[in-house]
Parts: sequence; structure tokens; C-alpha cells
Amino acid sequence: MSPSDTTLPISAIDDDAPETRRSILERSLLFCRRQPLGTFGLALCIVMLIAGLGAEWLAPYSPTANDFSAMTEPPSWAHLLGTDQFGRDLLSRIIYGARTALIVGFSCAIVGGFVGLVLGVGSAYFGGRIDAWLQRVFDVLMAFPLIIMALAVVAIFGTGVQNVIVAITVPLVPRCARVVRSSALSIREVPYVDAARACGFGHVRIIMRHMVPNVMAPFLILITAFVGQAILAEASLSYLGLGVQEPVAAWGLMLQGGAEEYASTAPWIAVFPGLAIALTVFGISLYGDALRDVLDPKMRDR
Amino acid sequence: MYRYIINRLVLVIPTLVGAAALVFALMRLIPGDICVVRLASGGGTFNAHAVAVCHAEVGLDQSVPVQFVNFVIGLFRFDFGPSMWSGKPVSEEILARLPISLEVALLATVIAVLIAIPLGTISALKQNSWTDVVVRTVAIAGIATPSFWLGILVILAILDITQAISGTPWMPPIDYVSLWDDPIRNLSIVICPAVTVGYRYSAVTMRMTRSAMLEVLREDYIRTARAKGLIEKLVVNRHALKNALLPVVTLIGIEFAFLIGGLVVTEQVFNLNGIGRLFVLAVQNQDYTLTQALVMLTVVVFVLCNLIVDVLYAWLDPRIRYA
Repeated sequence: MSPSDTTLPISAIDDDAPETRRSILERSLLFCRRQPLGTFGLALCIVMLIAGLGAEWLAPYSPTANDFSAMTEPPSWAHLLGTDQFGRDLLSRIIYGARTALIVGFSCAIVGGFVGLVLGVGSAYFGGRIDAWLQRVFDVLMAFPLIIMALAVVAIFGTGVQNVIVAITVPLVPRCARVVRSSALSIREVPYVDAARACGFGHVRIIMRHMVPNVMAPFLILITAFVGQAILAEASLSYLGLGVQEPVAAWGLMLQGGAEEYASTAPWIAVFPGLAIALTVFGISLYGDALRDVLDPKMRDR
Repeated sequence: MYRYIINRLVLVIPTLVGAAALVFALMRLIPGDICVVRLASGGGTFNAHAVAVCHAEVGLDQSVPVQFVNFVIGLFRFDFGPSMWSGKPVSEEILARLPISLEVALLATVIAVLIAIPLGTISALKQNSWTDVVVRTVAIAGIATPSFWLGILVILAILDITQAISGTPWMPPIDYVSLWDDPIRNLSIVICPAVTVGYRYSAVTMRMTRSAMLEVLREDYIRTARAKGLIEKLVVNRHALKNALLPVVTLIGIEFAFLIGGLVVTEQVFNLNGIGRLFVLAVQNQDYTLTQALVMLTVVVFVLCNLIVDVLYAWLDPRIRYA
């Protein structure tokens, strides 16, 4: 941590004031200088993002191509991370797995986050009976641990990428709505919302222009955390055989079955896919923590 | 205090009823007739009579409201009907597997608390030092590491180390024996899953302890305690930690309920025949009576943990009791 991290409140205010006038580049550089761990996390995320987006160009082999002359080969120049029990190149499967993880992670976080945002802000804004009922519903939904809820949804709709996305998105919605509602509640009482109402603006305009921008900070922090949670949940489901199915390349799936069986003779099959999951979620969490420090002034010294 | 507890108890009822209704509805959302799906995939005799027998077994021959009432009554009597897959009563299947899961969960909690509270406190006291950065990184890594992968690594490490020491690889025994019959054998089965689950648990608790301590250390009464010349050890133990542990207690309680989720995956890695593994089997075999009973059990554990935490919190912090 650089010494500038432990700024006094006064200098923090000084730093904040011209922030709006700084260019994006300047602000990014400032973020990197103040949050070295967060920048490292962001770098990890970007590496995974590039791997996921450019899988066709980056992967040396096809992720589904079997090579029965090279089964459970240790890492070598031909296969940088070795091959699995079907002779498939592990590096290629990890690169394609990044795509699966990113698709699931981002779809769940964005869809779950936005539904949660709408319900949370709406609940806080309208208050009264709607709020009370929604709160009870969220209470019920929050009583299901994420993975248990996801398993229950999979039990109904079945496995596969799309169903996994639905299964993980559903439990994220109330978690987002809760957080958003509590920060939106304090904004509802602020005079400018009253002023907007006095001007005769409609509900949609007040919600979109006055309430939503003010809950953006906790919302963005939450969405970042959701991406990590969703990737972990997808990996767990796939590992249990109840998520993404073969032949799609997914990190959790790579650890299923063969990985345990061959663990002692071919440890690379078990080590590298798990490392990919851990590093990605580690990167997202570091970035999320840094984002929280920057966006939430109350948390600045923590 | 009693008033508070009664109020809190009343709040539990709508949550449980709602959860029961949701679980009941979810299991009836399954496309197609469960019995037809089951008989068709089983490859056995498939005729109208077999379907009717199956319906009567699961209770699907009654109207939906009657089914729901029966489901709720069953919940109170811990009677969920027969498992669709094994034919044995669901409650029997669950009770047989509950001890091992509970044991892992309790041991994981002990491990997590023993690691998290001292490390979190040190991390807060030495904010932004090297110790702090290391502790925080270890904590974030704990959240990021999937428990099944950690489990595989632990197994690999045990195999390699025992091979190096004794020449033959050693694996923990698989068949469960209770703690009272053979404590050493029992612990050798339970300790690895408990450490694996406990690491993530301790990571979450460590972060909470750290941030709660940082907040408390800025309070006026800490400054007063220091100003009157109290030695640092007493300031930390008596004044800071005691207050900082309140939110940590909440988190420990809530995370304990979420351990069930963690066990689903960890039991699979370590081949433990507990509740988590039963859950996966239930979903894989499309055993809906078993699945709905297990989901309901998780919810009840979660709600109870929340209730205990809230009551404990009120007991520890008089401000909540009288608010």
C-alpha cells in the first residue's frame, strides 16, 4: 500500500473536488496508483476477458479434439499445460472455459443485478404496501442459500448453459434488491426528490433520473461481486455434473470425474482448471474491493 | 427481552410458510408428469395402473390444496413420504446422513473462528502494514478458491506426503464411524473436509472482524481508554474486541447456515455420505420428494440460525433490546 492510501479526510476532499473534470485516462492512472492490488486484480480480469473473447485465435488446439496418441501427457512444449485423459489440450480447454465462465458470470450478474435494481429502487420509491410485500418475498427468497436455490432450479429445468444462467440469476435478484433498496430509502427523503415530484415529473422519470444514479455506487460494487459469485457457482454446479455439460469446455467440468481419478498420476489435470477459477475470482474480488474503496467514501480508510 | 424474542418468533412464521409454498410450487413446476417421467426413464412396466400407483405413493392423486396441507403437516411431523428413488422414508434417509454433515459443519466453524478472529484483529491493529496486506490477500484468496478444487489439492497433498513418509499412499477411511465409537478414525475422516470448508468460512469472518475492529478503534471510548493510560492489551481485548465481535457473531451464525451449501460440493470431493451428497443424488435421480424435503430442511436451518443470532445479539447488545 502506498502512503497516499492513508489520506486524511481533508486531502480526500481535495482529491475529490476536481475529479469530475479529470479525463478518463487521468482517473484510470490515479486508480492504478492508489489501488495497486485492485489494478493487479483488474489485470487478471482483463487477461481472462481476452482469453474468453479471442478463444478461436489464442487456443493452440480445438478444445474438443481428442488425440489418443497423447493422453494424460505432462506439460511440454507441444501441450503447455499437458493433456487430459482423452488427449485434449488443457490450455485450449482452459481458454475456451474462460468464455463459458465469462458468459455465465456476466449474464447472471447483469440480468440479476438489473432486475434487482428495478425491484429495489421501485420498492423504496413506492413504499407502503408494495414495499412491505416485496420485503416479505425477499425474506423468503433469501432463506435459500445460493447453491441450494440453483440446484433446485436445475432440478426443474435441467442442465445446460442457459438453465445454469437462470439457476444462478434467480437467487442473485433478492440479494441485489436488498442492498439497492436500503440505499435508495435514504435518497427518497432527500429534498431534490420532493422538488422533482413538486415539478410534476412522472414516477419513471424521478426513478431513472434522480434515484437510480444515486444508488449506482453500491450497485456497481455488488455487480462486480456477483460476477465472481456466479463464476464460482457455475463451476460448482458443473463440477457436480449438474451444470454445463460435455463437450462444452468449462472449468468446473474439467475438474469432474477424471481430475480426481488421475489426481496422483496426472496432477496437472486437477491443478490448472482450478487455478483458472481461483485466479479469475481472486482478480474480480481484488478489483471489487478497490472499487468499493474508491466509490464509497465511508469505506475509504478500511 | 421476552417481548423481543416473541416478536422475533412471530416474524419467522411468514418466512417459513412462504418458503414452504415456494418449494411446493417449484416441485410442481416440473414439466410433465413426474411419475410418467420416472417410469419411462426407469424402463419398467409402463401403464396407467403403474402411474396411478405412483401418484398415490407421492400423494399426487389429491387436489393441489390438499397436497399443500399434507406437505405442511408432514413438515411438522418430519414425515415427507417415501423417497421416489430408494423407496425408503425420506426422513430416514436424512437422519442417517445428518450426523456426519453436522460434525463437519461444527468443526469447520471452530476452525474458522479460531483462525479468523485473531488474524482479523491483528490485521486491523496493524492496518496497511505487511501483515495486513498478507492477511487480506489470504482472506480474498479464501473467497476466490472453489472448495472442491481445494479439496482435490488437499487429497493430493495427503497422498504425496504419506507416500514420502511411509512409502505407501494413505487415504482417510471412507466408512463413517461415530465420534464415540472410534474418535481417531472419526476425526481422520472429518478433519480434511472441515479444513476445506473452514478456510472459506474463516476468510469471510476474517474480513468482517477486520472491518468491524477498524470501525470500533476509531470510537471515542477507545481514545479515552488509551488516554487514561490503559495498557494496549486491555484496550484491545476489553474495549475494542468486545464491541467489534457483535457483527462478527451475526456473520458466524448466518454463514453456518450457508455451510450446507458448501457441504454439497465438499462432500462430493471427499466421498462423504452426508446431507450434501444426498442432495446431489436427489437432484441427479430426479427424486422430487427428497429434493423438496432437503431444500426445506436447509431453509429451516437458515431461519433458525438467524433467529438464534438475533436473540443472541439482543442479549449481548442492550441497545437492540430496548429500541
